Amino acid sequence: MTQPRPMPKVRSLACPNCGGTVEVRGLGRTLTVVCIQCLSVLDATTPSLQVIEQFRAKERFRPLIPLGTRGKLDGVLYEAIGMQVREMTADGVAYHWSEYVLFNPYRGFRYLTEYNGHWNLVTVLQALPLATMRGTRPIANFMGATYRHFQDYQAATIYVMGEFPWRVHVGESVKCDDFIAPPRMLSREQTDGETVWSLGEYTPGAVIWKSFGLRGSPPSAAGVFANQPSPAAGRVVTAWKRFLVWVAILIFIQFTAMLFHAGATVFSQRYSFTQQTAGTHENSFVTGVFELPGRICDVEVKVNTDLDNNWAYFNLALINADTSDAYDFSRQVSYYHGRDSDGVWTEGGSKASVVLPSIPPGRYYLRVEPEMDTTAARSAVNSMRYQIEVIRDVTTWPFFFIGVVLLLIPAIWTTIRSGSFEQKRWAESDYSGGG
Amino acid sequence: MSRPAGNCPNCGAPVEFQFSSAVQTTCPYCHSILVRQDVDLKKVGEVADLPPEISPIQLLTEGIYKSKSFRVVGRIIYQYELGYWNEWHCITHQGESLWLSDAMAEYAVSALVKPTKPLPDPGNAYRGARVEWNSASFEITSINRARYLGVEGELPFEYWDKSEMVFADLRNGSAQFGTIDYSESPPLLFIGEFVSFDSLGLRNIREFEGW
Repeated sequence: MTQPRPMPKVRSLACPNCGGTVEVRGLGRTLTVVCIQCLSVLDATTPSLQVIEQFRAKERFRPLIPLGTRGKLDGVLYEAIGMQVREMTADGVAYHWSEYVLFNPYRGFRYLTEYNGHWNLVTVLQALPLATMRGTRPIANFMGATYRHFQDYQAATIYVMGEFPWRVHVGESVKCDDFIAPPRMLSREQTDGETVWSLGEYTPGAVIWKSFGLRGSPPSAAGVFANQPSPAAGRVVTAWKRFLVWVAILIFIQFTAMLFHAGATVFSQRYSFTQQTAGTHENSFVTGVFELPGRICDVEVKVNTDLDNNWAYFNLALINADTSDAYDFSRQVSYYHGRDSDGVWTEGGSKASVVLPSIPPGRYYLRVEPEMDTTAARSAVNSMRYQIEVIRDVTTWPFFFIGVVLLLIPAIWTTIRSGSFEQKRWAESDYSGGG
Repeated sequence: MSRPAGNCPNCGAPVEFQFSSAVQTTCPYCHSILVRQDVDLKKVGEVADLPPEISPIQLLTEGIYKSKSFRVVGRIIYQYELGYWNEWHCITHQGESLWLSDAMAEYAVSALVKPTKPLPDPGNAYRGARVEWNSASFEITSINRARYLGVEGELPFEYWDKSEMVFADLRNGSAQFGTIDYSESPPLLFIGEFVSFDSLGLRNIREFEGW
């Protein structure tokens, strides 16, 4: 088989019906051969090519792979020797597809099916898949994989040409069931006499074109085919895995940041305050200057009070001692508690905290203006003790959460795309209600 | 492996046996079917014209199955609904008989085995019936009526006066394979497995022009 290949040996015979030339390429394996001139099906096992039947065709189909063309698939050279067109009806609409017979005298037969530009390379199975049920739906188990039932239909042969390793019969209809595990599909064909299982593998038209050296480009595939692999297949899992990896990295960065930067206190001072009545007094004062070293970072200002069933209001400003840039902010602190018919209750708290983002380094001081109830003269209500702390480089969570959300986008997008592909796939099945 | 030799009682041509336990062979010159009786060869029939050669396997093809080398020494050829079907009789280097079947280029290797449970009798052999052998479980997937067309070479039993026979095909979820041959009583059980052409490493095969 290593010598240069001569032309394929083709047996040329005369059709006993019309005298036209009938070519036989399948050596002794061909059982029936079709005379395409007079549409006769001939018995290839009789030397005289007995006429088995003549058929009528509403239209003449042309094979996309011309019969007699050879191509290598799965590393094996095959010759296309026959084609049948089959038809099924669903919801009153007839669909037809082509099935090509591929032949290699040593390795036997394979088949190619084509529907709307979708191709499958098919092998008739010798082992027996196990058809069973999962819940209410039929499934088939084969070689460790589970195939989900896609549809059942009657497949009728409406047109034949070339050669077949079986007794082909135009008009014959068989009951078929397709089970899918993309990119593979198990098909079961049942006749009275036997059940034949076959395994198809989705094959892009471009691969067929290249294998058989066909001219032009393959017809583009329309819609989503039963066992067409989803372009998102595997990517959904990959996208979510990637998401988890990045979140893990974010968490790591976040905690490392917390470990290394967490709260260097740059200023801390205790004060006491008594509210004067009728706002005649200016309550504001400034603190001493403190240094915010290093780089631009977040600064937290904490106010801890001894308020008890009382409230206070703080107007604050962080002011750069050199540039006079000021960051104004304010906080109300109120803490109440008691006991009523429902039991003990508390409201608010005696502490407040403000995080000022992205403060440049430099020398700063705080302007503080506390305010309390001006109407009450009792010292228990209008005075307090409090502490102000300034903490540099506090860890903040917004960037972490924004990061998580940004990372979610591709994962969710991939999931949705995959979902819509599966929806299109199953829309053509017996289970178009869902997937 | 002894090679008892003799002469064809029909045409006098030398007849050689490669398989010491061969019971029957055919004369390569006049196609007489010869049966061994003690040291003599007796002509019991003649092989009609065999169909055009379709199998890449032929007498003296050699190969390897499960680390055992084998050589093809004989065959039985049938015709059934799906075409021609060759049962090639092979002898391993240890002298065992194996059958390499080629049914429309689907290949399987099997050997005659003793049933471990009674086989369904022909009346009870229907599609879907279960057949057990040792720990393996099979389903009858088809009942084939085959027409005996002829023999060639050496066989481990006499096989020549046949006409139409019934075979049951056994399959299961793995590549295992079985056949019940109802032409004998009690029926014969062959168990083996499907094999790919390339896995057998066949040598001395028939060459097809252009392939």
